[in-house]
Amino acid sequence: MRKRDLIKRLVLGSGLALGLSAVLPATAADDTIKVGVLHSLSGTMAISETTLKDTVLMLVEEQNKKGGLLGKKLEAVVVDPASNWPLFAEKARELIAKDKVAAVFGCWTSVSRKSVLPVFEELNGLLFYPVQYEGEESSKNVFYTGAAPNQQAIPAVDYLMNDLGVKRWVLAGTDYVYPRTTNKILEAYLKQKGVAAEDIMINYTPFGHSDWQSIVADIKKFGGAGKKTAVVSTINGDANVPFYKELGNQGVSAEDIPVVAFSVGEEELSGIDTKPLVGHLAAWNYFMSVDTPENAAFIKQWHAFTKDPKRVTNDPMEAHKIGFDLWVKAVEKAGSTATDKVVKAIVGLETPNLTGGIAKMLPNHHITKPVLIGEIQDDGQFAVVWQTEGTVPGDAWSDFLPGSKDLEGDWTAPINCGNYNTKTKTCLGSAAK
Amino acid sequence: MILAGMTWWGTAAAGALEEALPGLADRAFPAKQQAVQALAATGDSRALPILEALLAGDLYTREGADPPLVVARPSGTGWSLRDPLTRADLGEVEREAVKRIPLNNALRTALRGGIATLTLSSPDPVVRSRAAKDLMRDPSPESVAALRVRLEQEQDAAVRTTLVLAVAVADLRVGTPEARLAAVATLEGSLYPEARNGLTTLIANETDADVKVAAERALTAIDSRLTWNARAETLFFGLSLGSVLVLAAIGLAITFGVMGVINMAHGELMMLGAYTTYLVQQALPGWVDYSLFVAIPAAFIVSGLFGIAIERTVIRFLYGRPLETLLATFGISLILQQLVRTTISAQNVAVENPSWMSGSLQINPALALTYNRLYILAFALLVFVALLLILKRTALGLQVRAVSQNRAMARAMGVRSARVDALTFGLGAGIAGVAGVALSQLTNVGPNMGQAYIIDSFMVVVFGGVGNLWGTLIGGMTLGVANKFMEPWAGAVLAKILVLVFIILFIQKRPRGLFPQRGRAADG
Repeated sequence: MRKRDLIKRLVLGSGLALGLSAVLPATAADDTIKVGVLHSLSGTMAISETTLKDTVLMLVEEQNKKGGLLGKKLEAVVVDPASNWPLFAEKARELIAKDKVAAVFGCWTSVSRKSVLPVFEELNGLLFYPVQYEGEESSKNVFYTGAAPNQQAIPAVDYLMNDLGVKRWVLAGTDYVYPRTTNKILEAYLKQKGVAAEDIMINYTPFGHSDWQSIVADIKKFGGAGKKTAVVSTINGDANVPFYKELGNQGVSAEDIPVVAFSVGEEELSGIDTKPLVGHLAAWNYFMSVDTPENAAFIKQWHAFTKDPKRVTNDPMEAHKIGFDLWVKAVEKAGSTATDKVVKAIVGLETPNLTGGIAKMLPNHHITKPVLIGEIQDDGQFAVVWQTEGTVPGDAWSDFLPGSKDLEGDWTAPINCGNYNTKTKTCLGSAAK
Repeated sequence: MILAGMTWWGTAAAGALEEALPGLADRAFPAKQQAVQALAATGDSRALPILEALLAGDLYTREGADPPLVVARPSGTGWSLRDPLTRADLGEVEREAVKRIPLNNALRTALRGGIATLTLSSPDPVVRSRAAKDLMRDPSPESVAALRVRLEQEQDAAVRTTLVLAVAVADLRVGTPEARLAAVATLEGSLYPEARNGLTTLIANETDADVKVAAERALTAIDSRLTWNARAETLFFGLSLGSVLVLAAIGLAITFGVMGVINMAHGELMMLGAYTTYLVQQALPGWVDYSLFVAIPAAFIVSGLFGIAIERTVIRFLYGRPLETLLATFGISLILQQLVRTTISAQNVAVENPSWMSGSLQINPALALTYNRLYILAFALLVFVALLLILKRTALGLQVRAVSQNRAMARAMGVRSARVDALTFGLGAGIAGVAGVALSQLTNVGPNMGQAYIIDSFMVVVFGGVGNLWGTLIGGMTLGVANKFMEPWAGAVLAKILVLVFIILFIQKRPRGLFPQRGRAADG
């Protein structure tokens, strides 16, 4: 009897304590503005995404030092969706509905973004998406601070075709929506430029693929036909490491068959020996090696924050910085963190990027970005070999695919539609509610 | 490619070198390229070390000092400088005093061509051979002229062969029909891609009927040789994939086969072996080339101890209950993954490859075997033989076989079956750890690494026959080869799916696998 009473009391007591602990933080939260961080901290994408979590924490800390936002402190809420796409959607819902964050900075792979898109549209949240992607999307609730294909893929192919004289193409990607759609766009673009179908080789591998022997051997054979060959790589995550190692082991040098990657930056190279990779290329809108005062200040701040002078900066980090700056400006302009007010206030706002230009938020929720092509150096940095004169505005709907040629995204009045057909003057799909 | 041509020989050479040198410091890449070509054209022996230094990234510029171009090597926190022309020591400077000359791909190509031209007369036959191969790709008249000149003087047989081929490739484009016919005859059966490309272009443009017929015949011969080489290459890829499967599965063959224990933590035991390699490399920085020899016994011990611990604490109580064992070991796999995540890191760790495992063995121009796969193939066979010897020749092996065939009888004969069980599980786990060391050289090492191999391991064991080592070996190699032969036309994902479907169908016909266990206990 006694024991049972004791147990009953223990259970009630702990239940009460748990209940209180669930309620109390909510009351304390009224004094802060919450910012969600939705990046994989484990799994195959952790190699790329962990540093973005640290970037947002740094930006939040910096803003708090400036006095916060609208008189309140910012608080970062970090979750780990662990490279698991359905878990991304769950965590997004948790951030918006339970933690009541004002904005979420997150996602890398397009499949993770596609998984969370319905959640953000249903709960009317805000997502700042910092990574280059395949386009064909323009949502009211998402701001695409990474490159659209016309700000990365197409200029890279132009550089290979015109400056390097490439005649044969290998399009190698990981098997999910981003490489599939990007390769569709690139195939259409190359055929438009007169490249024959037998001069294009397309190949897909699963996430985390590590046995590259046959594929690299095939690339070697394809490239040994006497015409200059290049590989356009949309391989994502840690599959890149064994891919580049196999290229090095089989003796495929950058002078013979250059590989231009869209998802490999300073962070992915920081863990491997880059000597066999020297000369291979990447196309981004920012490189750590760009010599501007804004970039030098950012790198200094990053090294101070992480207390590690060896940490590198990369393009998605710059995209987060631009997105965060634009969000802060929009919130201050709107006087509120409410989604609809921020969406209305943010279009047309400008903020400096780290390469000496200006990033402007466009009506289709993309920004203006410069395009840079860099060659890998033996210290894991990139040396810029080509760049655009000014910035290129992001085009959400590719002009090279028949289904999207006529579409425009425009979230300003009166159109207020993500996929507005300029020929028929109608809005297909979901308009803003 | 070579601008000034060989007419700059002799008295003009010395002046030409000094004239061309400052061009290397120019900011624009085309100017640098012209300077490289001019330097190569001088034929001056002093030009070679300068071009090699530039290619290696050791050539730097200095502001306002003479000479403005220097070769810099790291020395302490700064650089130690040398004059590129006289090789004189110029003292030491700090980091910021010199600026590296940047390269791009076009410049690197020009440098390789220039170095090849200059090294064509090197005293080392290996260097001459490589120069001849590099120039084979270069269709410019100057390179061809250089090759012809060298061919007259060459004494070394191996280098002569390469030079003859290179000159023949050039002859395909120029000269009389007789010369072209002779070139086609020389290139018959050559596996160099330049030979094949040259013949293809010839056939497309050829006017003379005899030459065309001869070229088509030569091309067919080359293509059939290339196909055989491609098949050999695919076979090698299949065997190397098979060796990875065998290494992963062989530990499981012991625990599953001998004890009937379904160990879902097998992948994590491999992962622990891979992490042991990482920790060994962290403990012995600078000894990467020897780290694997330390890591293999260390991983065996670490995973073996984990295996024995798992057996004594969990599996021992669940004999004869396969479903509970499956669940329990699955839970253990999650615990081990989280253990690694909390104690080391949730992200991948970088395991370095020793230098002797990088690069490839070039059998002929069409067939190259990468060293890392070659060594792992040999290693898998070594592990297999070692395990076979342990089971056939040692006392422990005898007891293990006895217990697996008829436990009650073995106990009646005085074998301590509980101790044998623990040691068997430890042996299987230790082998898994050793497999992890091999895997760390091929794939990313992270907490989830084991998940990728657990399914494959069970696949191999079930296909090859439970408890049979030879079955595991044959089964693993067969699956690897089948997967790699299907990959070119089905793609990586579909090939894997087809292999799995094949195994499912095979198991319908032969549920015991390729080499089933025999004996009354097995049948009963």
